Amino acid sequence: MRYIDEFRDPRLAKSLIADIVRHVTRPWVLMEICGGQTHTLVRYGFDELLPRYIELVHGPGCPVCVTPLDRVDKAIAIASRPDVIFVSYGDMLRVPGSKSDLFQVKAAGGDVRVVYSPCEAVKIAEANPDRQIVFFGVGFETTAPAHALTVLQAHRLGLLNFSLLASHVLVPPAIETLLQSPRNRVQGFIAPGHVCTIVGYKEYEQLAARHHVPIVVGGFEPTDLLEAIRELILQLETGRAEVVNQYARSVSRAGNLAAQQAIELVFERCDRRWRGIGFIPKSGMRIRAEFAQYDAERVFGIEESGAEEASECIAADVLMGLKKPMDCPAFGSVCVPESPLGAPMVSSEGACAAYYRYRRHETQASGEVH
Amino acid sequence: MCLAIPGKIVSIEDAAGLRQARVQFGGIIREASLELVPEAQIGDYVLVHVGFAISRIDEDEAKQTLADLEQMARLTEEVGADEMPEHSVQNGPSRQ
Repeated sequence: MRYIDEFRDPRLAKSLIADIVRHVTRPWVLMEICGGQTHTLVRYGFDELLPRYIELVHGPGCPVCVTPLDRVDKAIAIASRPDVIFVSYGDMLRVPGSKSDLFQVKAAGGDVRVVYSPCEAVKIAEANPDRQIVFFGVGFETTAPAHALTVLQAHRLGLLNFSLLASHVLVPPAIETLLQSPRNRVQGFIAPGHVCTIVGYKEYEQLAARHHVPIVVGGFEPTDLLEAIRELILQLETGRAEVVNQYARSVSRAGNLAAQQAIELVFERCDRRWRGIGFIPKSGMRIRAEFAQYDAERVFGIEESGAEEASECIAADVLMGLKKPMDCPAFGSVCVPESPLGAPMVSSEGACAAYYRYRRHETQASGEVH
Repeated sequence: MCLAIPGKIVSIEDAAGLRQARVQFGGIIREASLELVPEAQIGDYVLVHVGFAISRIDEDEAKQTLADLEQMARLTEEVGADEMPEHSVQNGPSRQ
């Protein structure tokens, strides 16, 4: 078993769709939280294969997309310093700040490097003792333990020239905010399987009970997502609101304890602003005071710019599940992946990027894209 | 960002006190840290995210999921065969 192809079997997917069709009697609005899940749903056309009255809306689970403008501005300010090597995941380079982006910093001579793993940033720090190496630590709970271990590794190696611009956000406070919003339409959630691999799903049980909303911890392959949708429909049709773990091959209720310990050691919860959603209490993680020397915010002391997002970008409504990317007049015309107005068009996990990649032909056919 | 890919551990080594593995993804082999999955052994499949294995994939759970789906597929096909006229069955249930 390779744990990929087996969960892409068209025969199994067809039977799941047939079973969903058999059980659904009313319209329901479901949200998948994670951008990786969004891409699978759109890529395989499940939004079109399922009955029209099962509406799939796409959640705020793309950390690149929810990183606020002023945080990108802070990254740009640090990356522009001549004494800094700024290291980042590739997705962040094209995310627009208020005046520029990291690609433009690189084009202007800034030393901005793209890596696959934060471990590479530590290696760059070891090889460049006369430069300050700053890693842009963007991510959800899935990525936080990797960043925590990177800080611990820098500490172990006694590196004095490595720091982390921590920009972590947490999923449950965002779901709580969505559910408390008077504009919320979502009736069932697919929880992000890799976030839950790290933290488990006890916190989701509290959410489900508090708001009487079913939550299924879902994987990322086609049959994973169809199974999660089927479970949500079965629960909604019978008035249940339970947490069910569809992704049991990776997720346990308690999660990964070693990862949780690493997070706890290095980070503490803090308030965070989310692009498109706004300020959410206790929804982020920052570096603890004990590790202050690895905290780029403390090392460089750059003030928040307080910049706001472009008014013509509807990312806020897309990330809240209120609108689809193609509802945006800028979609595919002034806003494209090469020159995005907002982060959801940049990131490989952004909802706008998913629709641009897999659904553009529909708007092109109707003459809306130029 | 939360993308994690399943791969098979082909070797494990100690790299300056850290547990490091070579993990095979299809035809590609990459290094991954095993610091977050101390229980993982050679031959295990792990999910790797930004160079760190974040879970050891539970083979029994995966098999159970697939067995449940297989059972549903058989039931769907049986129900479909009963419900559909013969000429439609030959064309496959998706054309109904």
